[in-house]
Amino acid sequence: MMLTELTIAAAHEGLRRRDFSAEELVGAHLAAIDRLNGRLNAFITVTPEQALAAARRADAILAGGEEAPVLTGIPLGIKDLFCTDGVRTTAASRMLEEFVPPYESTVTANLLADGAVFVGKTNLDEFAMGSANITSVFGAVENPWKRAGDAETVLVPGGSSGGSAAAVAARLAMGATGTDTGGSIRQPASYCGIAGIKPTYGRCSRWGTIAFASSLDQAGPMARTVEDCAILLESMAGFDTRDSTSVDIAVPDYRAACGRSLKGMKVGIPAEYRVAGMPAEIEAAWEQGIAWLREAGCEIVEVSLPYTRYGLATYYIVAPAECSSNLARYDGVRFGRRVPGATLDELYEATRREGFGAEVRRRILMGTYVLSAGYYDAYYLRAQKVRNLIRKDFESAFRTVDVLLTPTAPSPAFAQGEKMDDPVQMYLNDVFTVPASMAGVPAMSVPAGLSASGLPLGLQVIGRSFDEESVFAAASALERAAGFTHRPAVRAEVV
Amino acid sequence: MSLDPATVRRIARLARIGIDESDLPALQRELNGILGWIEQLNEVDVDNVEPMVGTGHAALRMREDVVTDGDAREAVLSNAPDAAGPYYTVPKVVE
Repeated sequence: MMLTELTIAAAHEGLRRRDFSAEELVGAHLAAIDRLNGRLNAFITVTPEQALAAARRADAILAGGEEAPVLTGIPLGIKDLFCTDGVRTTAASRMLEEFVPPYESTVTANLLADGAVFVGKTNLDEFAMGSANITSVFGAVENPWKRAGDAETVLVPGGSSGGSAAAVAARLAMGATGTDTGGSIRQPASYCGIAGIKPTYGRCSRWGTIAFASSLDQAGPMARTVEDCAILLESMAGFDTRDSTSVDIAVPDYRAACGRSLKGMKVGIPAEYRVAGMPAEIEAAWEQGIAWLREAGCEIVEVSLPYTRYGLATYYIVAPAECSSNLARYDGVRFGRRVPGATLDELYEATRREGFGAEVRRRILMGTYVLSAGYYDAYYLRAQKVRNLIRKDFESAFRTVDVLLTPTAPSPAFAQGEKMDDPVQMYLNDVFTVPASMAGVPAMSVPAGLSASGLPLGLQVIGRSFDEESVFAAASALERAAGFTHRPAVRAEVV
Repeated sequence: MSLDPATVRRIARLARIGIDESDLPALQRELNGILGWIEQLNEVDVDNVEPMVGTGHAALRMREDVVTDGDAREAVLSNAPDAAGPYYTVPKVVE
């Protein structure tokens, strides 16, 4: 049996039946990491000793005969933005290259409490800022997928959770955590042919997750099936008094929602997402998704979200503004890198010049500008108002429909080196994912098929605030209809 | 609106990010490219629209005014790049 091919749900059954041990399951993934990580660069830090020790503890629990939590012994990758007690947490930045948190983030603590085994910390764009996982100080991540007939060209995995997406797609982990500020779970999931959900803002605690843009950042799971994402989110989510934006409502049975009938569900198709210049194969995948949901019993409704076309421009004011504020904490004094200076200001300036990469510096500068005296009203305040209009668009659509269906990204994965000259061209990758982030509503990417070049294409299901269940239900139906069994060229069982 | 080199220098100073004169042309070009693109928001009528500062689903909570954390000096200082005993250090700031 190829242990690295199993889903989390199937592995849990196998572990319960003692068909294999957690140590074997974790060991198989560590061996795959050993073989492939040098090439893919999906992990910044691998923790084999801790993982095997945790696997042995899981085996003891599984042998005990009591009902073991569903994640007991399941090997996961953790995006290197979640603080992990005693394990280096870098945000893929030179600034935090040596940072070892003395505490555990709430999301990872929840996973550990449910028995999960962490095999390592996954690569990302520096401070989660990027759409191609090329800004990491630890180097770019390679997408395990290859264009048909082209084994050479290195493709990007998307970003910022590119290491998590590549690790899960290549079978180096059964699932992974991601964070999503403007699409950082959904776009890499689409590029790597896996599923990933950004839950409602407030569903997962942000405590212990290194902040980028606090009004947008949400943690979420990435896995190879919708059901596995449901299992992971159920563990990760929950009220936390240590995050003032955490919402105190019960976490539903997401796994059960995956099997729900879609009879009578109303699915909105937003006209504004038919952007000019959208590739025909993206349009075709979308049409196919619409047909699948109609066959599953949904009623398809055309809806309009007139202000979503301003989503991306709004995002690139709001997110840098919050980033410039959040990243002010990196001062070279209390933690992180320090570059000496003769005066305190020289110390700050030298530390922040050397500690941050070009994209992070650019966003801090942009954020500083839009918040500065004389420009605050023209940029930041205006953007917050447009953001409200975008939210109202979603609220009004969700008075008529239960979920929305759109493409996840405007293209399949592109090659390293493409779209790198102009920041705005890179930002456009997030055109379909950003509006849901602005509104705070849950959204999931699910693999729908392959492009003409043989690369995965994802569809996005967007739901009402705190109605992840409808999102899981619709995404599961799409997954069943798509029957996506394609696998990337580079993966664990291919030597 | 277009940024001149002096404004880029001023922003970098506000952000406490050191920049070289040789960085200025590229930074100016990139920031102006982004600013030019976000100008599109000027066509939106935002009169009488409230700014959105968050999703507003979480209400601020009250709790007892008691100490809930602390006694973690070693942990707090464990990542300080240049701690001296129980203190952070900085260059001399008072003449």
